[in-house]
Amino acid sequence: MNQDIYVIIEHLQGQVADISYITLAAARDLAQETGGKVLGVLLGQNAQELASTLAADSILYADHPALAEFTSDAYQKTVASLIGENEPRAVLFGNTSIGADVASVLSARLSLPLVSSCVKTSGGKLTSQICGGKIMAESELAETTTLITVIPGGYKPESGQSETAPEVILFDAPALDDLRVTLKGYIEPEAGDVDISKESILIAIGRGIQTEDNIELAEELAKFLGGTVCSSRPIVDQGWLPTSRLVGKSGQTVKPKLYLALGISGAPEHVEGMAESEVIVAVNMDPNAPIFDIATYGVEFDFFDLIDPLLEQVEEAKEG
Amino acid sequence: MAKIVAIVKMVPDLVEELEINEAGTGLDRDWLRLIINEFDNHAIEQAILLKERDAGEVTVIAPDAEGVEDMLFTTAAKGADRMIKLAGDLEEGANNHALARAFAEAAKPYQPDLILTGVQANDDLDGPVGPLVAEYLGMPYVGYISGVTIEGNKAIVRKEYPGGLIGEMEVTLPAVLGIQAGEEPPRYVAISKVRQMMKTAEIDEQEISELNPNGGVIAKRMYLPEAAKRAEMIEGDEEEIAAKLVAIFKKAGAL
Ligand SMILES: Cc1cc2nc3c(=O)[nH]c(=O)nc-3n(C[C@H](O)[C@H](O)[C@H](O)COP(=O)(O)OP(=O)(O)OC[C@H]3O[C@@H](n4cnc5c(N)ncnc54)[C@H](O)[C@@H]3O)c2cc1C
Repeated sequence: MNQDIYVIIEHLQGQVADISYITLAAARDLAQETGGKVLGVLLGQNAQELASTLAADSILYADHPALAEFTSDAYQKTVASLIGENEPRAVLFGNTSIGADVASVLSARLSLPLVSSCVKTSGGKLTSQICGGKIMAESELAETTTLITVIPGGYKPESGQSETAPEVILFDAPALDDLRVTLKGYIEPEAGDVDISKESILIAIGRGIQTEDNIELAEELAKFLGGTVCSSRPIVDQGWLPTSRLVGKSGQTVKPKLYLALGISGAPEHVEGMAESEVIVAVNMDPNAPIFDIATYGVEFDFFDLIDPLLEQVEEAKEG
Repeated sequence: MAKIVAIVKMVPDLVEELEINEAGTGLDRDWLRLIINEFDNHAIEQAILLKERDAGEVTVIAPDAEGVEDMLFTTAAKGADRMIKLAGDLEEGANNHALARAFAEAAKPYQPDLILTGVQANDDLDGPVGPLVAEYLGMPYVGYISGVTIEGNKAIVRKEYPGGLIGEMEVTLPAVLGIQAGEEPPRYVAISKVRQMMKTAEIDEQEISELNPNGGVIAKRMYLPEAAKRAEMIEGDEEEIAAKLVAIFKKAGAL
């Protein structure tokens, strides 16, 4: 085993994902402890140029038609053979639709330990965030190659970007026939009536709103504040709002001037989509809700006791 | 006729206050209130939808935990055909590598065409359970799924990417899918129907032969987050809070 840290680079439709820059930054932190290099692992077809912005010591690149777009089977096979040959100290993945499909399978296939949902890797400590952001867990690199999935929150994407393109080293993908998973095509999201990523005032509702009818209350508030209603995932999964209004990991990333979070707990998957908002106001009954850790202002209160006086006073202020 | 297995587990209810055990290495399980992992609940819904659409048989497997029987009877009321509770040395919980080996062993005899499970659970520290089960059974795995159609020996699935982008994938069966959301929200069943199931349906209890946690990490320390910066809390009664919020909205340019 060597002391190098590998990062599996994610890209979709010709674009490197932000999580990969974040993961490169986490890898750099870890490499400082182990004394090894940071190597990006890029899989694709004619995708070598995607290496140019990556802050890594070098990029290992495999070019193959079956790797043109992500599929779990082809990625698993390729990364498995690379790990087997090179035995790096650790392999980092995004805890995403791409990385999570690969990391756990390889843990079982190669009998390697896996640490998931890591936000920080400083000082050789792997800090994971679990239970919707309510619990932190610390672990260490194992004696063997350790697989790690990374979530946003601990590092900025800019720290994993570079002006100077790293050296690219080609490697051969293993035989990739008889694949059990293939991509038929992409389905683009339906355009919504508004683009919430461009709105400057957002009223966000979560499961705390309880019923579909109560969305009206948020709509009314939004009207007075000149804002738009958006939401966490459970609201969209219920079919109460369209996917175009979803904020977070599987939805939009927003940076409004004001983000008012009503009955949202602040799970990491939500927070990654709104943490960069200028002013965050959170209303939640639970004093331990993780949303209070990233909000500018917090209100520990029952939304339903607050909404009427709030609507009244906001209306007055508007007219006054 | 598709044979579908849904793999589910109980997880900490995050609405409750969570506490750390005395050793500082895990959750204090004495006071933990458990609920079904919400993504597993979506997996159950997807399994029942497939059964209703294409005919089939749904087996639900869950490790023993407080509340697991009520949960299993609820799935029976929704339309599951067989419920299995895995019993073993589970008081202190088990990591996902150990659970996945047990799930794989329990699922195998049913020769499932499709295994559905939640894409993740809030207490996963060693990765989600689905891909581990897939690999232990030698099946392909695809996660982040929000739609499944069975066509012969293949499943056509909708895999979610950020921003609402969907990758339509073809997966050779048998396979394991990590469900993000079912095609419909999890259905509601009346308590009376669940009670009826408690009287008529049976839960098959199976002993886990070995809980082997290899591959999972051991947390050296667990703690509640020490927020670097916490929100400035706004105090008062509802009128006072509303007034302070109006001032904040004005400053932010919303009024
Ligand atoms: C792969 C994946 C991707 C995901 N992507 C996203 C995503 O893009 N966006 C997203 O949001 N989630 C996403 N999630 C889901 C995420 O993990 C959480 O489940 C979700 O964010 C929780 O939404 P919530 O805060 O509305 O609900 P909950 O976590 O249930 O929180 C509800 C909150 O409301 C509070 N509350 C209840 N009643 C009241 C009241 N009367 N007054 C005030 N407060 C009240 C409660 O205290 C609680 O904190 C994803 C999950 C996975 C697995």
